Amino acid sequence: MVRVVLPAHLRTLARVSGDEVQVQLNGCPTLGAVLDAIEASYPVLRGAIRDHVTEKRRPFVRFFACEQDLSHELPNTPLPDAVVSGAEPFLVVGATAGG
Amino acid sequence: MSGVRVLVGTRKGAFVLTSDGKRERWEVNGPLFGGWEMYHLKGSPVDPNRLYASQSSGWFGQMIQRSNDGGKTWEPVGNKFVYDGVPGTHQWYDGTPHPWEFKRVWHLEPSLNDPDMVYAGVEDAALFRTTDGGQNWEEMPGLRRHGSGPHWAPGAGGMCLHTILIDPSNPKRMFIAISAAGAFRTDDGGTTWQPINKGLRSQHIPDPDAEVGHCVHRLAMHRSRPGTLFMQKHWDVMRSDNGGDQWTEVSGNLPTDFGFVIDVHAHEPETIYVVPIKSDSEHYPPDGKLRVFRSRTGGNDWEALTKGLPQKDCYVNVLRDAMSVDSLDKCGIYFGTSGGQVYASADAGDSWNAIVRDLPPVVSVEVQTLS
Repeated sequence: MVRVVLPAHLRTLARVSGDEVQVQLNGCPTLGAVLDAIEASYPVLRGAIRDHVTEKRRPFVRFFACEQDLSHELPNTPLPDAVVSGAEPFLVVGATAGG
Repeated sequence: MSGVRVLVGTRKGAFVLTSDGKRERWEVNGPLFGGWEMYHLKGSPVDPNRLYASQSSGWFGQMIQRSNDGGKTWEPVGNKFVYDGVPGTHQWYDGTPHPWEFKRVWHLEPSLNDPDMVYAGVEDAALFRTTDGGQNWEEMPGLRRHGSGPHWAPGAGGMCLHTILIDPSNPKRMFIAISAAGAFRTDDGGTTWQPINKGLRSQHIPDPDAEVGHCVHRLAMHRSRPGTLFMQKHWDVMRSDNGGDQWTEVSGNLPTDFGFVIDVHAHEPETIYVVPIKSDSEHYPPDGKLRVFRSRTGGNDWEALTKGLPQKDCYVNVLRDAMSVDSLDKCGIYFGTSGGQVYASADAGDSWNAIVRDLPPVVSVEVQTLS
């Protein structure tokens, strides 16, 4: 299981309590796989993190793990070992912007 | 016992305001969906407990929420708005072609006879429809594929389809309006559309009498006279008595004919309301006085309604979806401001009170009259 930290608005949409959720990955543990798993577990988040059709990250959503910015990485980028093992969470972050 | 439910969309959440038929004491519930931009909420005419809401965010995109119990509880439904086929291009601000890109839902218009059918007006301008209560949305592509589509251009607020009027006497006929393309009509249930902008004049566009390119801010109709339409254009208040085939200006003695909202009295089809705004570069009322203007003659002759409204130092705006009426006797008129006030009149505009004063900036106001 991979630990995922969601921003507050997405936790509200997904109706989860606490800061973290856990998702089960299918196949190789990649950036794309964790996003697929989040959307599979919480279908309401489809379209909120990445575009429905292009699957491009929404501009004001960023991905971090193990103090690395993964926002610009390709979907087949492997997740850090510490995320795969559950030692560290994968963070979905709403960019600090706007008012 | 009759009652009224006012659905208020703001920049930072939605609010539901309720009162009995006297409309003197109000209960304010909210914020719902706090922190999200709530462009529009509207109830089904055939099932007042079925509500739909457009919830959007610059971070997390578009959501649609549905309530089956009059707004007590909500559930997210489908949010996949994908243009039909290859989207193509429209005109960008600099005149160059620009790809159609979905941004948000501006307006939700439930069917007059089916609570599961809803039309959605979106930015970039297109019309979508659901027939399953919001789970799935499909574009009605005949509008965007009208031959003029590549020449549509955004207004300052984006290229939004903001008005949807359904003809209660003819289910095949609908009217929509787009900033800054103009007004369009379908007579075949949305398969094909024609621009209905003859008589509109817009200075500072290459052809002031062009078929499209006019910044229509809002259309209104009285359900007993669906052939008569009223329009608040960027500048000019207009009316048409032939379903939009020809428009004539009825700005008359208004202090300024710029504004956003326009609406019609529930029982008097020639009584209409606007809120004049000083100009497109200032976006606040003239002289710091918030005045609703009422015409009992379908335009041209206007009277200022000021009792209970601030008459000095008021510099709020009233956006295009932020006025609505109830169908009680006397007719109630409601509008919301960019300063967070929602004003109500229980006597057709003769006097006003603020139901609530300090909401986030109000984007939309819809009223349900409950029996």
